Amino acid sequence: MKLFLALLCGLMLAATACGCGQSGKEANTIEVWHWMTDRQDAFEVLARKYEAQTGIKVKLALFAPSDAYTQKIIAAAQANILPDVYSILDKKAIVAAFIKAGFVADLTDAFQMDNNAWEKSLFTKAVDVNRFVEGNVDGVKPGIYGVPIDVGSQQLLYNKTLLRQAGITRPPATFEEWLADIDVLRRAGITPFVSGFGELWLIDCFASNYAFNIMGEQKVFDTFRGKVSYTDPDWLRVFTIFKTLHDRGAFMNGIVTKGNKLAEQDFAVFERAAFTFNGAWSVHVYRQMRPDLDYGVVPLPVFNPALPMVSWGGAETSLVVNNLSPDKDKAIAFLKWLTAREQQVFLFTHLYSLPVNREAMAGVPENLAAFSRVMETSTHPKVWPVNEDPLVSEAFLKGIQAIIIGEKTPQAVARDVQLVKDRQIEKASQP
Amino acid sequence: MGFNKYQVQHFFRNTLLHIFLLTVTVSCLFPIFWMIRSSLMSGTTIFTDQALIPVDLNWHNYVVAWTRGNFAVYFINSLIYTISVVTGIVVIASLAAFAFSRLQFPGKNAIFYVFVAALMIPLPGSFVPLFVLMNKLHLVDTRMGYILCMINVGLSLSILLLKTFFDKMSPDLENAARIDGCNQLQIWWYVALPLAAPALAVVVIYNSLNVWNEYILATVLLSNQDLMPLQRGLMVFNGPYQVDYPVLMAGLTMTAIPVIAIYLLMQKHIVKGLSSGAVVG
Amino acid sequence: MFVKTNGRYSNTKSLDAFTNFLFIVPAVTIFIIFYVYPFFELFNLSLYQWSGIGPKTFVGMRNFQELATDKVWWLSMGQAGYVTLIALTFQNALAFALALACDREIRMKRFYRLVFFIPPVLSEVVVGFLWNWMLNSGTHQGHQVGLVNNFLTHIGFPQLVHDWLSDPKTSLTCIAVVHSWKGFGWGFIMLLAGLQTIDRQLYEAARIDGAGSWRLFWHVTVPMMVPVIMVVVMLTILGSMQVFVLIFSLVNQGLVYHTDVPVIRIFSSMWGTNQFGYACAQAVVFGISLVAVSFTLKAFSNRIKQV
Repeated sequence: MKLFLALLCGLMLAATACGCGQSGKEANTIEVWHWMTDRQDAFEVLARKYEAQTGIKVKLALFAPSDAYTQKIIAAAQANILPDVYSILDKKAIVAAFIKAGFVADLTDAFQMDNNAWEKSLFTKAVDVNRFVEGNVDGVKPGIYGVPIDVGSQQLLYNKTLLRQAGITRPPATFEEWLADIDVLRRAGITPFVSGFGELWLIDCFASNYAFNIMGEQKVFDTFRGKVSYTDPDWLRVFTIFKTLHDRGAFMNGIVTKGNKLAEQDFAVFERAAFTFNGAWSVHVYRQMRPDLDYGVVPLPVFNPALPMVSWGGAETSLVVNNLSPDKDKAIAFLKWLTAREQQVFLFTHLYSLPVNREAMAGVPENLAAFSRVMETSTHPKVWPVNEDPLVSEAFLKGIQAIIIGEKTPQAVARDVQLVKDRQIEKASQP
Repeated sequence: MGFNKYQVQHFFRNTLLHIFLLTVTVSCLFPIFWMIRSSLMSGTTIFTDQALIPVDLNWHNYVVAWTRGNFAVYFINSLIYTISVVTGIVVIASLAAFAFSRLQFPGKNAIFYVFVAALMIPLPGSFVPLFVLMNKLHLVDTRMGYILCMINVGLSLSILLLKTFFDKMSPDLENAARIDGCNQLQIWWYVALPLAAPALAVVVIYNSLNVWNEYILATVLLSNQDLMPLQRGLMVFNGPYQVDYPVLMAGLTMTAIPVIAIYLLMQKHIVKGLSSGAVVG
Repeated sequence: MFVKTNGRYSNTKSLDAFTNFLFIVPAVTIFIIFYVYPFFELFNLSLYQWSGIGPKTFVGMRNFQELATDKVWWLSMGQAGYVTLIALTFQNALAFALALACDREIRMKRFYRLVFFIPPVLSEVVVGFLWNWMLNSGTHQGHQVGLVNNFLTHIGFPQLVHDWLSDPKTSLTCIAVVHSWKGFGWGFIMLLAGLQTIDRQLYEAARIDGAGSWRLFWHVTVPMMVPVIMVVVMLTILGSMQVFVLIFSLVNQGLVYHTDVPVIRIFSSMWGTNQFGYACAQAVVFGISLVAVSFTLKAFSNRIKQV
């Protein structure tokens, strides 16, 4: 009898469940799908403010974590029910595929209205991440297709207390200096370096910064185009950087499987390592975990003094507008409002995210400003004219992991990566 | 000596047994202890406070988790999903398992094997065709669509499990019921289901936990935030950059309670065979 | 199987088969819509080169040909097999031992029954966080940070201190052990449920015949438990072959290729390298392999039953 009652209850619930049907899109409403859990509250405050100012309701839907969000966007694109505003968290080639399929609005006119007013107010590099230039390899009509809402870059962070303890007075500027510091730290019993190298993009960023520094951007691009081999001495130097750091005992044990969140705790909470490599958001993370942490931010130490150290930087997050949306113009107006000075200052004070609007930079503290100072010289895979085949990238990054754990030599990894590259070139040349 | 060989042996065996059980127990209890302990700390003390039980107990974290995680809405949603899906699975799977085990119809074995095979083939890419199909059926962004998908997820395994238990059932009771004039449906309800109580309990626990912890499918299928399950509330504290550990742990603790309650409730049925005497042999 | 004893029914046999068939109609309907259809779509996609968005290019069986020579893929299959093997032996032995213990009249068995089900209920966040701390190989001011290494140093075995998760020799084994710890609760309750259904009189009868505990176990318990054990074995294989959330929470994107399993390779093809069609081909091959394993197992268990 009990079981029967339970069944009855269940069926009734199921019946009520069917009752709630789909509600159609309300008029004068912009629907935004995002994945930034930590920003939902601040976004909602802004949405209410926007409604008060314009009478247009902004419906913010949060879908986390980001991999579930990506699946949702792909699925919604197939069924043609994308919202007015969303994000494409993927490589530029995928963004291009979305554009070519007609899911992304061309925002060039909006950006260039009134003598480029909107474009000029934002960091150039942040806009560039969303730009397809004339003659781009993806075959997309040139233009700007996304709105950056914050900026960021990846830098070397150092713990001032620990360096002082070891008798180091200033952060290293060259790779040689860094190696000397590492030796000093080792002797003082301090682990020199930690980072979330279990997340491959951090290795990617670290390695590509050094590749740009060692051989210059043209040679890197030529490698992607298949004109330079990974067994080239310059690439061997890039691989060898990881071997040198490993041999000198720079890396914290277990670094290759460490997630960035754990690396952040190692660096900031427990002060277990003197250096770390991380992005601009870390300033906020550290501030929350250890408000009194004494640290500084510098670019990675240069290996080749003849060339500058260019770091990855640009838009941290970009939003795109659905080209099929009937409220396209309203959505664009909202995004324009979101990147205006006042809103950017609000986002900065609440989330410590680096403003994308140049005029909102006043009042940004030193450690955070250090991440934006390199903005004009920074680079990003999304502004490169050509990108490496993802399969080659995977072999490249996994190879570096193998070097860090001492499993393979730089030469062996260079050969392996080039093998994958040759295979991909051959595959691409087939009909 | 006051002990005979048997007593000594018995004593050692029992001690060893308890040492073994207690070791496993500690390994299971520690995480729960740690989770509750962390849920009572603050964002800065969570990493630094070494005390076994923190000095300042931050019960406030539970309030924050409940309100900021919008648990009031998501809790009800998860309850609706869990109860509907589990009820659906119990009815549909036990009907099918009963038929596969006790009844005759053409193609029986073939269909059963297809079900079992389906259990083995994961469909990581299937959300795209599934989503397109659901959209055509107007089931995207509805509770019903999500419930049906989740019923499908647990179906194969539940059928396999229940069939195994139905197979072990003695035909005597069934025959007796038939002679008393019961039809197949009545036999399923009055004979088979009560006898399979332990297996049903396992099915209920397994599927409850599955639905309660699911979020990928919910994220993909549901867009209306008011239809989201509990895990969506937890995500708020577990950001891509930022993790609010104390509040997350408070949320996780609250989330774990209903599942443990279901387990406690169902566990009685698993061990019921003991008190009521074995009926299946 | 139930055999109909009443001759009257034989005339209406086909009608009977039809009503019997109605029992499985709900299950089959849901199954066809939500499983069979997506499966065929998936299989269809595996014949294309597709990035997940935009136009698809038909390539026939080329994805499968490529997969046949994909060394990393077959390595990942082997690694999933290794995790499964450890789960089958270690996890199930543990589960069976605990179920046997709790089936007896011992003190606190209610408590144990509750406690052993805690790991399956735990969130991956908690499991990942705690085991990362246990297996941490970092040092801080000369002290071991991780619980395991710290313990080894304290009891006088500093030579056993190890980089557990970042050494190819131990990484996968650590993952398998944590996986077994997280999963034994399922085997435990199912085996316990099975043990509960064994007629106590069988034990009494065997004991009167002079059987010791060992003989009782092998000649009464095990034979009676074969069907349940088979289900548990099959579920272990399924659960272990498809493990991946735990791997993410322990080693993130993996230690080179040493911790990759097929599901991770499928996700990496789908999202990392945007080869949607290839990922579908991987899923199809993976599924078929699992089906082959489980049917071999089924045949094997049928043979045991006949013995």
